[in-house]
Amino acid sequence: MPQRTIAVGSSVGLHARPASLLVAAAGKAVAGGAASSVTIAKDGAEPADARSILSVIALGAGHGDEVTLAAEGEQAETVLDELAAIVAAEEE
Amino acid sequence: MAAQTSPRSTDADTAPASSGEQATPAVAGASGAAPSVGGQGTTPTAATALQGVGVCAGVALGPVARLGLPAAVPAQLPAPEDVTAEAARVRQALADAGDALDGRAAAAREHGRDEAAQILDAQAMMARDFVLADRAAALVTEGNAGPHAVATALQGFRAQLEAAGGYLAERAADLDGVRDRVVSTLLGVPLPGLPDPGHPYVLVAEDLTPADTATLDKDAVLGIVTAAGGATSHTAIIAKSLGIPAVVGCRGADALVDGAHVLVDGTDGAVLTDPADDVVARRREAFDARRALAAAHSGPGRTKDGHGVKLLVNLGAGEDPATAAAGDVEGVGLLRTELLYLDRATAPTFDEQTAAYRDVFAAFAGRKVVVRTLDAGADKPLPFLTDPDEPNPALGVRGYRTSWRHPDLLDDQLRAIAAAVAAVEAEAATGGTGAADADTGEDGTPAGAADVWVMAPMIATPIEAAAFSAAAKGHGLRTVGTMVEVPAAALAADALVAACDFVSIGTNDLSQYTFAADRLQSELAGLLDPWQPALLRLIQMVGAAGGAQDTPVGVCGEAAGDPLLAPVLVGLGVTSLSMASSSVADVRAALAVRTLEECRSLAATALAAADAAGARAAVAEAVLAG
Repeated sequence: MPQRTIAVGSSVGLHARPASLLVAAAGKAVAGGAASSVTIAKDGAEPADARSILSVIALGAGHGDEVTLAAEGEQAETVLDELAAIVAAEEE
Repeated sequence: MAAQTSPRSTDADTAPASSGEQATPAVAGASGAAPSVGGQGTTPTAATALQGVGVCAGVALGPVARLGLPAAVPAQLPAPEDVTAEAARVRQALADAGDALDGRAAAAREHGRDEAAQILDAQAMMARDFVLADRAAALVTEGNAGPHAVATALQGFRAQLEAAGGYLAERAADLDGVRDRVVSTLLGVPLPGLPDPGHPYVLVAEDLTPADTATLDKDAVLGIVTAAGGATSHTAIIAKSLGIPAVVGCRGADALVDGAHVLVDGTDGAVLTDPADDVVARRREAFDARRALAAAHSGPGRTKDGHGVKLLVNLGAGEDPATAAAGDVEGVGLLRTELLYLDRATAPTFDEQTAAYRDVFAAFAGRKVVVRTLDAGADKPLPFLTDPDEPNPALGVRGYRTSWRHPDLLDDQLRAIAAAVAAVEAEAATGGTGAADADTGEDGTPAGAADVWVMAPMIATPIEAAAFSAAAKGHGLRTVGTMVEVPAAALAADALVAACDFVSIGTNDLSQYTFAADRLQSELAGLLDPWQPALLRLIQMVGAAGGAQDTPVGVCGEAAGDPLLAPVLVGLGVTSLSMASSSVADVRAALAVRTLEECRSLAATALAAADAAGARAAVAEAVLAG
């Protein structure tokens, strides 16, 4: 399964706006058929569904922490590029 | 310091013993001189009168509507008979909550409260979270009742957030907001939060949190009464910012029921049930007269005999300075810089800081701006600066003390302030904006530029004051002083003032430390009353030191905005008052009608009182008599 490991760019970590953007994008990717599933994991723990805001926030990923995104589906690579950019973005 | 003999109960402290306010029906405690034990007695009128602390002047009259409380989930609920139907009901309640939260977010945005809107957006997303819905539905299928299933499912996420600590742990409250809403729907009880009775109302609550007030609508809420809280509580701050008459710390407010007809007088803290028409008329007239008096005076603050008292406002760096600058004020007496640092993982950059300070200095061109350096710690923790494991954060490494561990942060801040000063002065010198003002600062500030002063919070000794002054002057800042918030600093006033170009008394913290009473504990509000004679005595020591050395002594904090207390402070030697901008006009009028000598006499009256209530009552009486 294609995956990407990236460091969280937002100075406040992966919650609030960055988390909302990620969840919205993951939801759109799955609903639109670009991917059949998108997950996010931290520290090798059980991956969480990236469409779930509560699961994403509960990762507790702070600025600079590495997270691993994984996707399945026809356009998995494209979806991962988009999601990785959101996670890596420095702007709050 | 002399120990306090016969400590008084704070129970009856809020009611003036005889302030000449005959219009007010008897209040418990006002009849304290009566021989009967308890002193409650019966009042000749059927109306009931409650007394709290008025925090936003004005008279409101209308029906009570209480803040909806989170529904208590019964410990035992019968298992659902039809688990499929119950699971569907849970999913529907979550979806409805998502829609309702979207609506509230839109309303918050309409009122310009973007921060609240973002929290509500996030809550809406949480309510719609399919993992939450699946978990709750699964719990129902296992035989749990819907409300329990939702609460349990959310508790799982909540525990994870709390374990993550820091900012995320604080966001756990957002989940509680979602839970309370969904559980209320499932139990069929009124929703928590602001009521919506369909007509304007007087909002009554135990206390209000930022989440409660996020969508507070000035047109719907005529007045506010809370049982808890003090002059510096969130309720007080939001009421003042919206200009809604408000009374906080009102004992007996719990007994006010929906639909009761009440009058709220934010001037003196009275809350009257079913007031007689003449009482309403008299209170409205009194307020109008006060407003007219305020409107009759303008310009720089001064006493009747021309003794100047600078009237300044408190402002947060990062807030829009334009509104404050548009007022008839002589500058900013307290620029709080914490806002730039809060909710961040790292300190703001030099450029961010410089830009924020420049905005304020530019808005106050030709006026004075007193910048307080970073005041972090205690109730304002910062992840990159403060130690979360301090046993007593209010007595720990906070305010100026944080620079012992992180000298670079203070250094960066002073550098950014100096750069902002240099930038606005360069603009003024080249005839930039605001250069129309021809005044030249006494200390070499170019005409048209803001006169920027800098002070440090939580200074305890003259040595610390001198060290801060040397650091700030090393960056080229001209006028450097300290806050007086620690009793030790006030007790060493002569040496402290000698080490400073000015001092500014932060009455809120000075009360907290003088009375060993936590500001965040509302049951201690009586001890934290700025009228406490012991507090006034400390202010007097600082005022006297300032007077002897011809050094300005300011007061920033809620005390400065009390029109009855302001003349007392001036009488104690205070030369500037910094307050919420809504208080300036009343304070200006209160000073303009009496001489400096009269202010001194009022100060002596207050100092001679046994307690805060006595001081307030004695001064109120002297004002009426004079």
